[in-house]
Amino acid sequence: MYHDDLSEKIFTRRAFVVGALQLVGVTVLGARLAWLQVAQGSRYKMLSDKNRINIKMLLPLRGQIVDRFGVPLAVNNQIYRVVIVREQAGDLEKSLAELQKVIAVEERDIQRVIKESKKTAKFIPLRVKEELSWEEVARIEVHLPYLPGVSIERGEIRSYPYKDSTAHLVGYVRNVSPKDLEDDDDPVLKLPGFKLGKTGVERTYDKQLRGKAGASEVEVNVIGREVRELRRRDASLGDRVTLTIDGELQRFTQEILATHKSASAVIMDAHTGAVYAMASHPAFDPNMFVRGFSQEDWQIIMNDPGRPQTNKAISGQYPPGSTFKMVTALAGLRANVINKHTTVFCPGHYEYGDSRFHCWKKTGHGRVDLDMALAQSCDVYFYKMATEVGIDAIAEMARELGLGEALGIELAEEAGGLIPDIAWKKRVLGRSWQPGETIVCSIGQGAVQATPLQLAVMTARMVNGGYAVKPWITGFVGETFYGKEEAEKLNIPQEHLDLVMKGMDMVVNHPRGTAHKSRIEEEGKEMAGKTGTAQVQSITKEQRRLGVKNENLPWKQRHHALFVGYAPVNNPRYVCAVVVEHGVGGSSAAAPLAKELLVQAQARDPAITNMQPEKIDNQEVLQSWPPRKPKDTGANTNDEGAQ
Amino acid sequence: MVMFIEDDMRLSQRLAKMNWWLIFLICALASVGLASLYSAAGGSMEPWASRHLMRFGIGMFGMTIIAMIDIKWWYRLTWPIYFLGLAMLVFVEIKGHVGMGAQRWINLGFMQLQPSELMKIAVIMALARHFHGSTPEQARRLSFLIVPALVIIAPVGLVLLQPDLGTSLMIVMAGGAMVFMAGAPVWLFIGGMVLVAISIPIAWQFLHDYQKQRVMTFLNPESDPLGAGYHITQSKIAIGSGGIEGKGFLKGSQSHLNFLPEKQTDFIFTLWVEEWGLLGGLGLLALLLLIFAVGLRTALRCKHNFGRYLALGVSVNFSLYVFINIAMVMGLIPVVGAPLPLVSYGGTSMLAALIGFGLMMACGIYRHSKVTR
Repeated sequence: MYHDDLSEKIFTRRAFVVGALQLVGVTVLGARLAWLQVAQGSRYKMLSDKNRINIKMLLPLRGQIVDRFGVPLAVNNQIYRVVIVREQAGDLEKSLAELQKVIAVEERDIQRVIKESKKTAKFIPLRVKEELSWEEVARIEVHLPYLPGVSIERGEIRSYPYKDSTAHLVGYVRNVSPKDLEDDDDPVLKLPGFKLGKTGVERTYDKQLRGKAGASEVEVNVIGREVRELRRRDASLGDRVTLTIDGELQRFTQEILATHKSASAVIMDAHTGAVYAMASHPAFDPNMFVRGFSQEDWQIIMNDPGRPQTNKAISGQYPPGSTFKMVTALAGLRANVINKHTTVFCPGHYEYGDSRFHCWKKTGHGRVDLDMALAQSCDVYFYKMATEVGIDAIAEMARELGLGEALGIELAEEAGGLIPDIAWKKRVLGRSWQPGETIVCSIGQGAVQATPLQLAVMTARMVNGGYAVKPWITGFVGETFYGKEEAEKLNIPQEHLDLVMKGMDMVVNHPRGTAHKSRIEEEGKEMAGKTGTAQVQSITKEQRRLGVKNENLPWKQRHHALFVGYAPVNNPRYVCAVVVEHGVGGSSAAAPLAKELLVQAQARDPAITNMQPEKIDNQEVLQSWPPRKPKDTGANTNDEGAQ
Repeated sequence: MVMFIEDDMRLSQRLAKMNWWLIFLICALASVGLASLYSAAGGSMEPWASRHLMRFGIGMFGMTIIAMIDIKWWYRLTWPIYFLGLAMLVFVEIKGHVGMGAQRWINLGFMQLQPSELMKIAVIMALARHFHGSTPEQARRLSFLIVPALVIIAPVGLVLLQPDLGTSLMIVMAGGAMVFMAGAPVWLFIGGMVLVAISIPIAWQFLHDYQKQRVMTFLNPESDPLGAGYHITQSKIAIGSGGIEGKGFLKGSQSHLNFLPEKQTDFIFTLWVEEWGLLGGLGLLALLLLIFAVGLRTALRCKHNFGRYLALGVSVNFSLYVFINIAMVMGLIPVVGAPLPLVSYGGTSMLAALIGFGLMMACGIYRHSKVTR
């Protein structure tokens, strides 16, 4: 069988060629596989991880801000929002229309959702309406079976239960601006919905309050849908900030100030420097800033001459007027220019060189010693003394008492005030000091400027035995005590301080004292203090001749009314400083407010309560799910908070 | 007229003569498919693994029956089968379902039948029958190659109309291999390759856009990793990230997260090596090589030409699937849409593979059948 044999031979040969080609093919495949998996393995492994792992940041919950009693001043209120998932909704517009039958949804929001739905992946929940009321939540829950794709989501919103009372002190949070991103590279700032402390304590302790963002490594599939969570580091709650503030006293202060057009006040502890209340009127509702507000609201705030945006208690700088007279007196005592027996005759004015300096009382005070000069606020006594003491000695005393520079309170908005001296004038104005300026400055006019906070500190240092206390508002951040260190003793003899305090006592409690009408009659709680009336502009000769009453001038030209005081007289604990802008008279406008404040401060007596760094679990804000009807928790919820 | 000498064997004898090695290898290969499909579904028998297993069971039964049937019957049925296949191709052309921009399927109710897959077997059978009676001298004459050329060109033309370039090329290659085995002159193949090289620019104009795109993508896949090159890039990432030991069963992140397209069909090899690594990949290649070897051995031991050509033809056809599929997912050749038989999910490819192996086994069982010319 020749053919068969030959045929078989050829076939065998060619079959082996085919087999060899198959072997080569498999070898090539194996080599390629090895190349991809071994030589290029690590590169592809990296690409693979990048492919599937998405790191999602988890928004941290902002720490609470509480007052010294643990009463919340800034909390995270839970809100509910209704969202819709396109994928589950089927017909999105139909579902939204159904939702509109259940709760009121603005047509604008419907259109926005429909627009968004075209740009986002179909499984992303779209926010339809924020801050649902409990009724709305309940209605949606009931109708949920008929609302395909609709669900209720939980969220948090920063809330200030004390509303405008803490507007300046606690401040507020707002959306992150592009500029914030330049200054701060914390990636949490880029999270949608993240809000940053912009003013007040919210700003000062923003980093501590904001907490740490958590991270969730999620495996995503090719279209970005989350498949499962690989790893999770929960966001850590921001630190709780405990303030020295007494929330109720703060609210009281705010309400008292509201009797005037524009005013500010500070109540603090004479011995520790802890601030119990610090308010500035007019204010605003900080919750508006969080939620965003209308153009009209913004215009109202911007156009208010009382500058609602400004915390005048720390950044309002006023000529202290007669409240400065204690400084001049202490300088005079230290310079031995006066002592407790020194008397001056006040004819209603004081001649110096070619100039005549008027006392506020045209008819004069007659012969006065230091006590009476303070009690009746006789200007001439201080004019005369100042010319002998000199501005530099007065300025030195002012600075020792805390005036002239920022005191380092934990608020960014603090202003430094101004205490002029010879060197200052030379440096800033390039001219030499005139003795007449010393006279003007001795009664807290001229270039002298102080903030209400500085005036309170000045008073505290005089009545606490001469210790250079500094003001502070932060008790604890988390569990760390932030209080001020022991204050150093100033080089002011106690008998000098006693003399000044005697004068301040008489201002209120002597029948001829300028603030006698505002005295506290309850035994053991009497207050002492000093009125001040600061000119905003010089009284012209014309006005003086015509006897124009200051209160009849336009508001902007009226005198500022000031009062610094302390109580109780015998054992000073609470000091307060009140400034009523353009309030005309310290005794008529400021002293009555100070009285109210010191009465209230002594009644509440916040000093006897120590702050606690309480390890509260802020978990309380993470309420139950599904939503339950909120309990009435007093100050905890926004609406009940400001009763 | 060539006839087989009647060679009656009892059923038990035939069963004993079955190539149990091949059956073992086929089962092993199907198991790889089963495991991968189980994993592709995220660790579930549904929707693929269970049906794969069921089809395999039915297919194995059919394969055994095919192997049991005397080779002479297959010899006699060759032309009817071939023309039935052609008829089915015409049928899909006329009334086929539209899918993937190409008409390829006949809906049989329980499965989508792709006649082109079965046509490959029919072409191999037809060529085996044609060369069965030939002598090497005849095979060298070009006139003797006219019939094989027609046998190949008729289905290729119909498949190209679908249009399915990959399958047409595979039929041409499988048919060419048959002609080569029959002893056709070597210069014919070299000349053919030259001709192909020349005709590429011409053929280019006749390609569909998506086919052009596939070729372009193949040439530079990373240029557009999220566009057309996406499949290849993702597949390479999946394979490469498997490393030597693999990510572990059910842990192939690329595949499970749908980064991998068509993971249950054409890219099943990717899923396998992503999870089992180089070791699993080489194991699978070794398994395939053994199957090729069984095909070669069956062909060499066969005493009649029809069986030789048929057995090796089936083996070549199977290896073409393997090479094209695996080379494609590893980025060696353009994406052509070829499954990995018995591993990929798909009824027709499994059916075609098992029919082929059935015929191969029949060649083994009836290898001593006497041939007269």
